[in-house]
Amino acid sequence: MAKDLTQKEMLRIDYNPPKSGWMDTPVKIKPGIYCHPAKPEKITDVGMPNAHTWNPLDEDWNLPANWQQIFFEGMRERLDKHRSFKIFMDICVRCGACADKCHFFLGSGDPKNMPVVRAELLRSIYRKEFTTAGKILGSLAGGRELTPAVLKELWYYFFQCTECRRCSLFCPYGIDTAEITIIGREILNLLGLNINWIQEPVSNCYHIGNHLGLKPHTFKENIEFLRDDIESYVGVRIEPTFNRKGAEVLFVTPSGDVFAEPGIYTLMGYLMLFEHIGLDYTWSTYASESGNFGFFTSFEMAKRLNAKIYAEAKRLGVKFIIGGECGHMWRVIHQYMDTFNGPADFLEVPVSPMTGTTFENARSSKMIHITEFTADLIKHGKLKIDPSRNNHMKVTFHDSCNTSRAMGILEEPRYVINNVCKHFYEMPDTTIREQTFCCGSGSGLNASENMEIRLRGGLPRANAVKYVHEKHGVDTVACICAIDRAVLPASMEYWVPGVKVAGVSELVANALIMEGEGERTLNLRGEEIPVTEGGDNV
Amino acid sequence: MGVMLSLIAVLVIVLVPLAGSQVSGLQYVFGVFFPYAGFAVLLAGFVFKVLNWAKSPVPFRIPTTAGQEFSLPWIKQAKLDNPSTTTGVIGRMAFEILAFRSLFRNTKAELRSGNLIYGPAKWLWLGALAFHWAFFIIAVRHLRLFVQPIPGWVEFLDKIDSIMQIGTPPVYITDVLLIGGVTFLLLRRLLIPRVRYISLPADYFPLFLILAIGTTGILMRFFIRTDIVAVKSLLVGLATFHPFIPKNVGAIFFIHATLVSVLMAYFPFSKLMHLGGIFLSPTRNLANNNRMVRHVNPWSYPVKVHTYDEYEDEFRDLMKGAGIPVERE
Repeated sequence: MAKDLTQKEMLRIDYNPPKSGWMDTPVKIKPGIYCHPAKPEKITDVGMPNAHTWNPLDEDWNLPANWQQIFFEGMRERLDKHRSFKIFMDICVRCGACADKCHFFLGSGDPKNMPVVRAELLRSIYRKEFTTAGKILGSLAGGRELTPAVLKELWYYFFQCTECRRCSLFCPYGIDTAEITIIGREILNLLGLNINWIQEPVSNCYHIGNHLGLKPHTFKENIEFLRDDIESYVGVRIEPTFNRKGAEVLFVTPSGDVFAEPGIYTLMGYLMLFEHIGLDYTWSTYASESGNFGFFTSFEMAKRLNAKIYAEAKRLGVKFIIGGECGHMWRVIHQYMDTFNGPADFLEVPVSPMTGTTFENARSSKMIHITEFTADLIKHGKLKIDPSRNNHMKVTFHDSCNTSRAMGILEEPRYVINNVCKHFYEMPDTTIREQTFCCGSGSGLNASENMEIRLRGGLPRANAVKYVHEKHGVDTVACICAIDRAVLPASMEYWVPGVKVAGVSELVANALIMEGEGERTLNLRGEEIPVTEGGDNV
Repeated sequence: MGVMLSLIAVLVIVLVPLAGSQVSGLQYVFGVFFPYAGFAVLLAGFVFKVLNWAKSPVPFRIPTTAGQEFSLPWIKQAKLDNPSTTTGVIGRMAFEILAFRSLFRNTKAELRSGNLIYGPAKWLWLGALAFHWAFFIIAVRHLRLFVQPIPGWVEFLDKIDSIMQIGTPPVYITDVLLIGGVTFLLLRRLLIPRVRYISLPADYFPLFLILAIGTTGILMRFFIRTDIVAVKSLLVGLATFHPFIPKNVGAIFFIHATLVSVLMAYFPFSKLMHLGGIFLSPTRNLANNNRMVRHVNPWSYPVKVHTYDEYEDEFRDLMKGAGIPVERE
C-alpha cells in the first residue's frame, strides 16, 4: 500500500496530461485511492435510499434498475434548487486557472483531479441531458452519455475532492467545485453509493450523538480521563459538567478530540482554559458532536445532524454557544446552521462574561469560535500566560480550508499563537490564509484504505511544512481543526518526519498559569518540558 | 478534432456571405435579416438564460472568503476580499468584473526536485483583460456607425483609441489588443498541453469566430476598403428600423456582419454567458455576514431529527448510571 511507496516513487508525478482525451478514457478504479462502500444497514438506519451491497472493483454495482432515471431526476431537482449548481454547470470557460490549484492534482497528476475536469465529468452529463445543443449534437457540444462506467468515474472522483474550495478562490467566476462535489455526492447517495467512512459516523451521530458512537457515559468518562491527566500533569482538579441546565454557555466540539491523540490534548486545553477563566459552561452528551459528516452526504443530512446543537442549547437554557476548533464543522456552523435550524431567537447575542465584548459577528447565529473567544480574552489581559513553556517549540500555523475560505478566521489564531509561543514561522504565502492547502483528507476522506491518495493530497501542505522545517527548524504544526489533528500526523510522518501536530488550544493551555497549579515540568502530553537556556530566551 | 471542426465552421460562416452577397437579393439576408435575427436571439436568449438562473433560488449564503472576516474590533477586516456589507460586495464584484481580481491571484505550480514551487502567473490575466476590455470598447466605438449625429463621447472614445496616430486611417489600440488577446488565448489553448486537454470544440469556436470578426473588421478599415458612407447608412437604417441595402457595400461588410450575427445568436447558448453568470455567482455576490444576518432558504422543509426525548429514552439508564442529569427519572 501507500506506506510502501517511497517518497521518490510517490513524487514521480507528471502534470502533463496523457494523449487520449478524458472523455475517451474510461476510469480505472485503484485500491489505495478509494474508500470502502457504506454498509447497507448504516444507510437504512438513517432512512436513506437504495442501500445495497457492492464493491467498487466489481463490474456490476448492483444498482437499482432505474438508476439513470433516479440520477437525472435528482440532478433536475438540484438544478432547480441551487442557483449555484445551475450557473456552475453553464458558465465555465475552461481557462484552466483552477487546474494546478487542487492538492489532489498536485499530488497525483491525475488529469481528472483538475477541478475543471472533475466538474466536467458531471457537466458533460448536464449538457447531454439538460441542454438542447447537447441533446442534438452530443459529444460535439461536449455532451456525454451516462453509462455505468461514467457513473463509476463520478463516484471515484467526487470522493477524491475534499470540498476545500481552493479552486473557487482562483476561478474568475467563482465556480466552486465544493458545491459541485457536494451536489454530486448527494445524487450518488440517491443510489446508495456513499462510502462507509462517512456513512457510519453519520449513523452514529444521528443515533448516539457523535461520529465516534460514544454513548453518554463513555463520552463523559473519556473527558474525565483527560481531566485526570490534567490533574497529574498540571496539578489542578477540574470538574466539567454534562447536560447541565442553566449553564451560561454550551460548548460543542468534534468528538474526534474526545478520543484520539493529538486531538485529546486540544480538548484538555479547552478544559483548562474554561477552568482558568471560570466560565459557566456545560458539555452535552446529546449534542456531543459539532463536526458534521452529514455535510458530506447531503444538505438534508447535514441539517438533521446539526439540529441537535440548537435543540440542546434551547433545552439547557444556555445564553450562547461556543464551538471548538474544526474546519468543515465551522463551514456548517458559519454558513449553514442559522439557515438550517435557526432562528436561534431563544439565545442571546454572545457577550464574553470575562471581557464584556459583544461578538457582533455572531449576533444572529449566537455561536462563536473558541479562537475568537480566546483572542478576545488575551487582548483584554484575562489570561495569565507563561509563553516560555512553549519556547522549545518552533511553530507554524496551518489554516484549515473551511475556516479560511468559507469564514475568514485568519488573524485570530495567529494572534493567539503569537501570545503563547515565542517562535512562530509562516509557511510561504501561496500556501496559507485564503490560499491554504487541504490536509489531504478532509470531507470524510480520512479513512485508512485510501492512504495513498491521502498522502498524495497531503503533499502540498506537507511540502510547505517541509520548507519551514528545513529553513527554521519548525517542529510543530498548529491548527484549528480536528480532522487536521487526526490526519496530519500521518502526512507529516511520511513527508516531514519529526514534525508534530497540535491544536491551538493545546498551546494555549501549556502556557496558562493555572491557579493552584503544581510545578509545570510536564506538558499536556505528559512529556518533560525541555528547559531552554536562559529561562524564557532561546 | 475540436480545433478543425471549429475552424471549418467559421470558414463556412465566412464563405457563405462571400458567395451569397454576390447575389443581389441575398444581400438583404446578410445585411438585414441576419443582424436582426442575431440581435433578437441575443437579447431574448440572454434574458431567458438569466431569468432561468434566477428562477433557481440561493438556498444558502456561500461566499468564498478571500481574506480576514469581520471579527473583533481590533482585527482588520479584508473588506474587499471578505465583505460583510452590501457596499463591500459591490466593491468585490466591481473588482471581479472590471479587473478580474480572482484571475489576478493566479499562480503556477511546479514540482522541482521534490519541492512544489508556486510562481506568479499573470499572463492569462493580462491577456484576458486586454481581450475583454478591447472587445467592449470596440463594440461601444461601433455606435458611431449606428447613430447620426455621433455623440461627443463616442467621438472622444474614438480619438483616444486612435491616439497613437499610426498609419492612415490611424490604427486603433483596441484592434491590436483584441487580435493580440484572442491570438494569445487561442495559442495557449493549442500549445499548453493541460489547457488543450480540457478544451472542447465550444472553446475553440468562439475564439475563431471572434478572430474572424476582428480580422474582417481590420481588413475593411485598411485593406479591402468599402464605401463607409454606404455602410453607415445601412447601419443607421437598421438602428432606426428602416432597413435597406445601399449600393456600393462590399462583400467584406456582409461577411463581417454575418460573423457578428452568428456570434450574437450563439452567445446565450454558450459558455460566453459567463458575462451574465458572473453577476449571479453566489460565491462572489454575497456578503459574508452569515452569523450576523440569517439567510432564509425558500425551500427549507422540516427534517426528521433524533430528538432529545428519544435519545434519553434510549440511554436513560446509562446516563443515570454515569450521573448525567435526565429529564424524566
